[in-house]
Amino acid sequence: MNREDFPLLKEDIIYFDNSATSLKPTSVIEKMNDYYNNYPANAHRGDYDLSFKVNQEYEGARELVKEFINAEYLEEVVFTSGTTESLNMIVNGFFGNLLEAGDEVLITTSEHASNVLPWFHLVNKLGIKVNYIPLDDNYYVTLDNVKKALTPKTKVISLAGITNVIGDKRPIKEISKLAHDNNIFMVVDGAQMVPHIKVDVQDLDLDFLAFSGHKMCGPTGVGVLYGKKELLEHLEPINLGGGMNESFDNPDEVYLKPLPTRLEAGTQNIAGVIGLGEAIKYLNKIGMDKIGEQEHQLRKYLIDRLLPIKHIDIINFESDSGIVAFNVNKVFSQDVAYYLNKYNICVRAGNHCAKILKSSVGVNSTVRVSLYFYNTYEEIDNLVELLSDYNRIVKEMI
Amino acid sequence: MDQETKRAIIMENYQNPLNRYRTEDKSYLKINTNNASCIDNLDIYIKFEGDLIKDITFDGEACAISISATSVMINNLIGKTKEEALDYIHNFYHMTNGDIYNEELLKDGNAYNDIYKQGNRKTCATLPFRGLEKAILESLK
Repeated sequence: MNREDFPLLKEDIIYFDNSATSLKPTSVIEKMNDYYNNYPANAHRGDYDLSFKVNQEYEGARELVKEFINAEYLEEVVFTSGTTESLNMIVNGFFGNLLEAGDEVLITTSEHASNVLPWFHLVNKLGIKVNYIPLDDNYYVTLDNVKKALTPKTKVISLAGITNVIGDKRPIKEISKLAHDNNIFMVVDGAQMVPHIKVDVQDLDLDFLAFSGHKMCGPTGVGVLYGKKELLEHLEPINLGGGMNESFDNPDEVYLKPLPTRLEAGTQNIAGVIGLGEAIKYLNKIGMDKIGEQEHQLRKYLIDRLLPIKHIDIINFESDSGIVAFNVNKVFSQDVAYYLNKYNICVRAGNHCAKILKSSVGVNSTVRVSLYFYNTYEEIDNLVELLSDYNRIVKEMI
Repeated sequence: MDQETKRAIIMENYQNPLNRYRTEDKSYLKINTNNASCIDNLDIYIKFEGDLIKDITFDGEACAISISATSVMINNLIGKTKEEALDYIHNFYHMTNGDIYNEELLKDGNAYNDIYKQGNRKTCATLPFRGLEKAILESLK
């Protein structure tokens, strides 16, 4: 649905790599061009009309994000360069000053590198411990397994809302409640979740949430760090400089601006922020429920069509997002991707930045099809037809 | 070299690669070679004897192009001197860049002479050669 909004979809191309990045609708591109063409001034400074307009648009985007994730306060929405920067700010700027040697952080083996490496950094710097919640037979996180992994030393649970390889939706609300009942912080990597399902940070009771604009029809290079206000107040800015200070005379007299500006030093990605605001408007217009439902139907159709193919091994046939990971018997995942590329089908091969997952799943790499609302049943038919002929794959993979 | 011959060389070397096994023999130098943009990841084991490449084996996971190119490389370079091997490697690079190269020297390595047209597979074909080149250069230090 809504295919006419995406310039690329007018071409002969099938785009199935939406977990890596989504396509951008014309309205988002035009909104950004409008900024660059018609009011390309800086934000938060200057007393002239153009600069005022920039400020209005920039802060308007913050308002849109606040409503989109149902944050309580505007100050809780900080613009960053993306999920990776958001998570690094949360881990280093907040937990880096709070955790002590021996404290434990719970993650899983199916987290993206961005929710693993910052924690590893604190392991080496502070002597904290990273523990893994065991995954069940489907590689899911269950509440029971989280309970079993808790110890008196557990201080943080940090999980993807939806994972980028298995595509399972975690029971975040229940885990969050469990965390808070035990005085544990709850951090969610929302990169694969926020673009696909309605996320309400108050209902889920999240302490921190990170997500990116470019996976949700927005531009690259912009993302969001959400944090509960009372916690964000204690997040130490990593970047110090222009725009984030009130005044300074000497090292002892530096006064910083209030939230969220304090955490947005330097000239921000203004066009990106404004574009993200437009992307949210776009998604709202379609409706997040409708987006989720469409992906669910497409995925079900794809699975139903792939299951009878004997030479295809689906890694995650039970999961409930738009992600399908599979392998073709005795064909390296990358060769499958190259084969499909010959027919203008874009899929991803590899370990998808979840490098410790292979120890759980037992395969080093997979082919990943990740769907979004603008994909179609016909596109899936094309894919399945190409995958159903084993000899053709082997013949044409080189 | 016609398309069918090229295809046969690549498939044969992919399905039955030469010396695909890891060795614990300490007289072999181990070099890891991988592609940052994808998941090709090979360990190459080289036994030098003076100036000669006495043996090469390999292990790891990679696509059909990388695996077959490794096998072709091993087939061509065992028994060569370091200088001869570097000459072969550099000519292979010239070929995969679409530049002039010594066709006769590369023998069945010519099976990859179309790779320069496929930017995203060039790194696959050159992967083992970059590993071996590194090992030779290190051994010459």
